[in-house]
Amino acid sequence: MIPWSDIFTTSWPKIAQILAVLAIFFGFYGIAFAAGARIKGKKQNFLALSLFLAPGVILAMTGLGIPAIQTFLESFKNADSSKWVGFANYTRAIQDPDIRAAFYNTTAWVVICPIVVTSLGLTLATMLNKMKREAFAKSLIFMPMAISFVGGSLIWNMMYQYEEPNMPQRGLIGQLMKSVGLPLQHLLLWHPWNNLFLMVVYVWGFTGFAMVILSAAIKGIPADIEEAAQLDGATGIRLFRTITVPMVKTTIIVVLTTAMVGTLKLFDVIHTMTGGNFKTDVLSNRMVDENFVYLNYGRGASLAVLIFLGVLPITYYNIRSLRAERKHH
Amino acid sequence: MLKKKGLLVGAAVATLSLVATVFTTTSAKAADCADYAQFGKYNATVKVFAGIRDPEATVMTNIFKQFTACTGITIAYEGTDQFETLLPVRVKGGNAPDIALIPQPGLVATMVATGKAVPISAATRSNLNSYYNPAWKSFTTINGRIYGAPFGASSKSLVWYSPAQFKKLGVKVPTTWAEMEAVAAKFKAAGANPWCAGIESGAATGWPATDWIEEMALRELGPKKYNMWWQGKLKFSSPEMQGVMNKVAAWLGTASQVGDLKSVATRRFQDAGVPGLKNGTCGMLQQASFYASMFPAGTTFGPSGDADAFYLPATNAKFGNPVEGGAEFPVAFSTKPAVGAVQAYFSSPVYATARAAAGGWTSANTGVPIDTYKDPVLKAVAMQLQNKSGAIVFDASDLMPSAVNGAFWKEITKYYAEGKSMKDVAAAIDANW
Repeated sequence: MIPWSDIFTTSWPKIAQILAVLAIFFGFYGIAFAAGARIKGKKQNFLALSLFLAPGVILAMTGLGIPAIQTFLESFKNADSSKWVGFANYTRAIQDPDIRAAFYNTTAWVVICPIVVTSLGLTLATMLNKMKREAFAKSLIFMPMAISFVGGSLIWNMMYQYEEPNMPQRGLIGQLMKSVGLPLQHLLLWHPWNNLFLMVVYVWGFTGFAMVILSAAIKGIPADIEEAAQLDGATGIRLFRTITVPMVKTTIIVVLTTAMVGTLKLFDVIHTMTGGNFKTDVLSNRMVDENFVYLNYGRGASLAVLIFLGVLPITYYNIRSLRAERKHH
Repeated sequence: MLKKKGLLVGAAVATLSLVATVFTTTSAKAADCADYAQFGKYNATVKVFAGIRDPEATVMTNIFKQFTACTGITIAYEGTDQFETLLPVRVKGGNAPDIALIPQPGLVATMVATGKAVPISAATRSNLNSYYNPAWKSFTTINGRIYGAPFGASSKSLVWYSPAQFKKLGVKVPTTWAEMEAVAAKFKAAGANPWCAGIESGAATGWPATDWIEEMALRELGPKKYNMWWQGKLKFSSPEMQGVMNKVAAWLGTASQVGDLKSVATRRFQDAGVPGLKNGTCGMLQQASFYASMFPAGTTFGPSGDADAFYLPATNAKFGNPVEGGAEFPVAFSTKPAVGAVQAYFSSPVYATARAAAGGWTSANTGVPIDTYKDPVLKAVAMQLQNKSGAIVFDASDLMPSAVNGAFWKEITKYYAEGKSMKDVAAAIDANW
């Protein structure tokens, strides 16, 4: 056991450092603002803008910009970034059968998961709208959002747990299959279906989020439009198709693209449940493995760049629809 | 993987030492400095940096007290779980410790390449020559100069079993491969899997299977070819290594030996022998000495205890009884005489005997009387490590480049999970050199 006094004596330099950095930061800004306030005339506006922008730009550059450039450069270097290797990391990424499999899996994730998540979310939001105890039902569906994907994956790992047919089953799914009389399967090894079993975890974790966002949008549909449609005789599916969906279209796109970006970056479910084995690897998990397990920074960086290129158009589209929605309101 | 295994070894040693400290009284009071005269008198502080943490670190630093009292050298110890990451950073930044206890020969080589590490002191070299199997100095010999003598050491060449189950079947601890196969056959006849196996370990899934191939390569091909193998001079797809891999496939890679192969791929390595060994659902488990910490609290070890381990027998008489082991090497970053004295102390029977008596720790030092080890399993491990005639080698996969090591455990997992042939596994690993 380490005594408390030791914790303090070993960490006080760090605390002092943090305080010093904060003091310097605020001191600098105090002086800058004081100086800025004295300048009058034409330059005032420009100065004020750059003063306010500077901290954001500096933080964005050190936290995002510089590492991004570094990663890009590293993707053209060898394992320990000591030599330039041209496009070798990229050609390998295309030729390696494991990375190609990871690429196909990622594509499947990006196509299947967002569609399932969004349609499930939309269905739930519509069905629960104006229902009795709506909040209660929604909290239950939203609950998995509160669990990290690592925690969720561990739970689902137990659900999928395989035991020999003659043994008592520890996994819920295995027990259910046994009760119904289905042949037991190594669910996490059963290619290609194991990819779907992993996606279930993501859908379970993310549907609540989609539902809440879509539900807010549905509640934002002006009541008079809905009433007018109902007066014209539209009910049920027709009302949903002609009024609800078009009215929340931009939100649907936002949820869809957010889920897409999320699945492209998804790593924790794969890492926790299969470690990328059993043909379930995805690009982001492979990137982490290349970087931190194989210690090959060049290959890791090249995969990071590829993922970034995949995320870019979706993010662009996402931001555009967000803007469109803002103008709309 | 290195780190993971290191942590496990640490955890194992920690649990064992907790048990052991209850039974042994620390003899710090014996104010006899005669044994310490060889190290000289100084007034200095030596900074030692390592991955060894509490509770083991406390046991260790308590033993240093006597050294400090007799020599005037204070050992300022710092332990961290980020050792492998921090050491290169500190050495690069001109903030190197006086001595670092490095558990991987690869990292020793990296440190020597920085030009900051210094060869061992003369007194340390003399200890190394008198008390250790010559193999130990080969791991840190770079360009003809030696940089470290082993500190603590461990063995991987063990087979765990349940003495109760062995008794039930009426079998004795095997000493040859054929005897071991006979024991396996008895388990088979009794309706159990002869071998326990599980290779799941998160992102490092597959590493226990790489150990099996290493053990077999060492036994079948001998230490010379074993070293060529991890150096990349003997390919996985070479006829020799293919022979080894097929032998492992027959030994621990068929359903009749280990049960359903896919289950092997998804079973956590920690669960491989617990509770299977005790229940008798599987007979034996090949795993390193740290596996002791996987047994539930209160487990007693030894031939009449709840669990015990024996030496994995040789397959080829030509190579004697070779051992796959591991050790920390105290590498110095300073030429100060006091630093050399501490290094000599670490490699001496004086330290090793005191530390071994405190329990939960094994040394390769032959100057330690074997009865110093109270725990029967530790005693068996120490005897393996002291063995002056047989070859001692390091974990081959940990000596390979990280990319090859990673491919090794990923591909061998495919053998179990996807039924990939050993030939295709070998070709895929070779592509990473």
